[in-house]
Amino acid sequence: MTVLASIDLQTLGDAFGQGAIYALMAVGIGLVFGVLRLVNFAYGQLIMAGAYTLAYTSGWPVVASIVACFAVVVALSLAMDRLVFRPLRSSSPAVMLVTTFAVSFLLQSVALIVDLRDGTLGQVASSVAPLNQAIKVGGVEVRKVTFVAVAVALVALAALALVLTRTTIGLHTRAAASDFRTARLLGVRANRVIAFAVVVSGLLAAAVAVLLTVQNPFVQPTFALEDTIIVLVGVVVGGIDRLWTATLGGFAIGFVSVLVNAALPTDKTVFLPSVVYALVIVVLLLRPAGLFAWGRRAAMERV
Amino acid sequence: MSEAAALELDHVEVRYGSVSAVRDLTLHVGRGEIVGLIGPNGAGKSTTLNAIMGLLPARHGEIRLHGQALRRRSAESIARAGIALVPEGRRIFGDFTVEENLRLGLAARRRPYMGDPLAPAFELFPVLREFRRRQAGALSGGQQQQLAIGRALVSRPDILLLDEPSLGLAPLAVDAIFKAFTEISEVGTAILLVEQRAQRTVALADRTHVLVGGELRMNLGPADAENTEKIIAAYLAS
Repeated sequence: MTVLASIDLQTLGDAFGQGAIYALMAVGIGLVFGVLRLVNFAYGQLIMAGAYTLAYTSGWPVVASIVACFAVVVALSLAMDRLVFRPLRSSSPAVMLVTTFAVSFLLQSVALIVDLRDGTLGQVASSVAPLNQAIKVGGVEVRKVTFVAVAVALVALAALALVLTRTTIGLHTRAAASDFRTARLLGVRANRVIAFAVVVSGLLAAAVAVLLTVQNPFVQPTFALEDTIIVLVGVVVGGIDRLWTATLGGFAIGFVSVLVNAALPTDKTVFLPSVVYALVIVVLLLRPAGLFAWGRRAAMERV
Repeated sequence: MSEAAALELDHVEVRYGSVSAVRDLTLHVGRGEIVGLIGPNGAGKSTTLNAIMGLLPARHGEIRLHGQALRRRSAESIARAGIALVPEGRRIFGDFTVEENLRLGLAARRRPYMGDPLAPAFELFPVLREFRRRQAGALSGGQQQQLAIGRALVSRPDILLLDEPSLGLAPLAVDAIFKAFTEISEVGTAILLVEQRAQRTVALADRTHVLVGGELRMNLGPADAENTEKIIAAYLAS
């Protein structure tokens, strides 16, 4: 019972906030995986680039700084697709995965060079920091960013769900994610669908950059690197072949990480990753197709 | 000849690596015509359709739509040029509704038309209108095939390619789609029909070509439909 006792409302709020941020990252990774069958390990560096943009525009009005962040991240996301993923589109998944590792390390190195121009490592993104203040809700201290994160995640996911189910580009994207060859046979424009997925994935990365920078304004080249690895694991645990299971997987691993962190004694928090990954192994042993992969066989083709 | 054939294959060769799956294939389909392509398994029938759609490159020869060569064009651009393929195994999106499947077919539409864009499918197969909100994967095999054909027709193609549409269907369902082929051709759409049901295809089509080992072996007309021996002889002539 000591585990449950250590979970108070404040921790629960943090868990929802972290889960929301990881869910957004999971959607960004899952969307691109859907249309390109590519696990983009370099997704974290999109977020890192956004965080640096926020740091370097700290002197600007907050809105301008955030707009700049979105512009840089979406442009980088499109450039990544155009220069790296498109030429490799017909390569094997292994080649594409290794390539995204290379892109990830390349971008971290570029960030290091840019960052070290002033002789110190790391930049501070101060303009969005006020969101990190705590407010009292029913006697519990909850950081504003927690509400913002949950609200941003809910609005973004609802908007995306609407676009995917109600618009033509959404229909084409879902079709491409389900069976790209048949979608193209029907005249669906591959480049348009991929560009859509890449842009939305970039928008989500930019939003995550803002939210993570609020929590941790100290930006380094490894910013969001560990988060990305955790989210990738969460996405696989949830089930990467469907967007909503990937999203739930991202949320779940963010949520559980915070709870485990709270449950561990203060001097044992270094074991947080070990505990989380041990849970992941247990889940994958019990449900290899993904934690949320129910009814997978229901929609089989009939003869 | 008053106009160029809608679809022409001119001495086409298609290879998988060093093996040629189709050799020196020449045929044409005119506006409103039904042309059958029959032959044993592995004869190159599906390969021919995939080459027309640009899924496989033609090593030699030309494939022309209204006199224009389709060389090096992608499947998506050929679909938008007016050729629709109903692929083997139907390839409907089972998780999507019937209406969503049909709306996907509109991706290849060349220009907007008046009225309900899905009308070509609903008029031919009223059951699709009735079940438009259902999950496509929940339809019967025959209905799924009607959906696949309807999805191809909503783009109002000039040429309809069908890859073994009757495969695995119950006899009544086969009757329904064969009847539909006649109605489709009557509005001017050209049909190239790949089938295993040889006799039925020969009876329906204006011309039927027998493909064996990647080569045309024989051309049959509707009058040959009752001549079972001739059809069997064409299959065995390898």
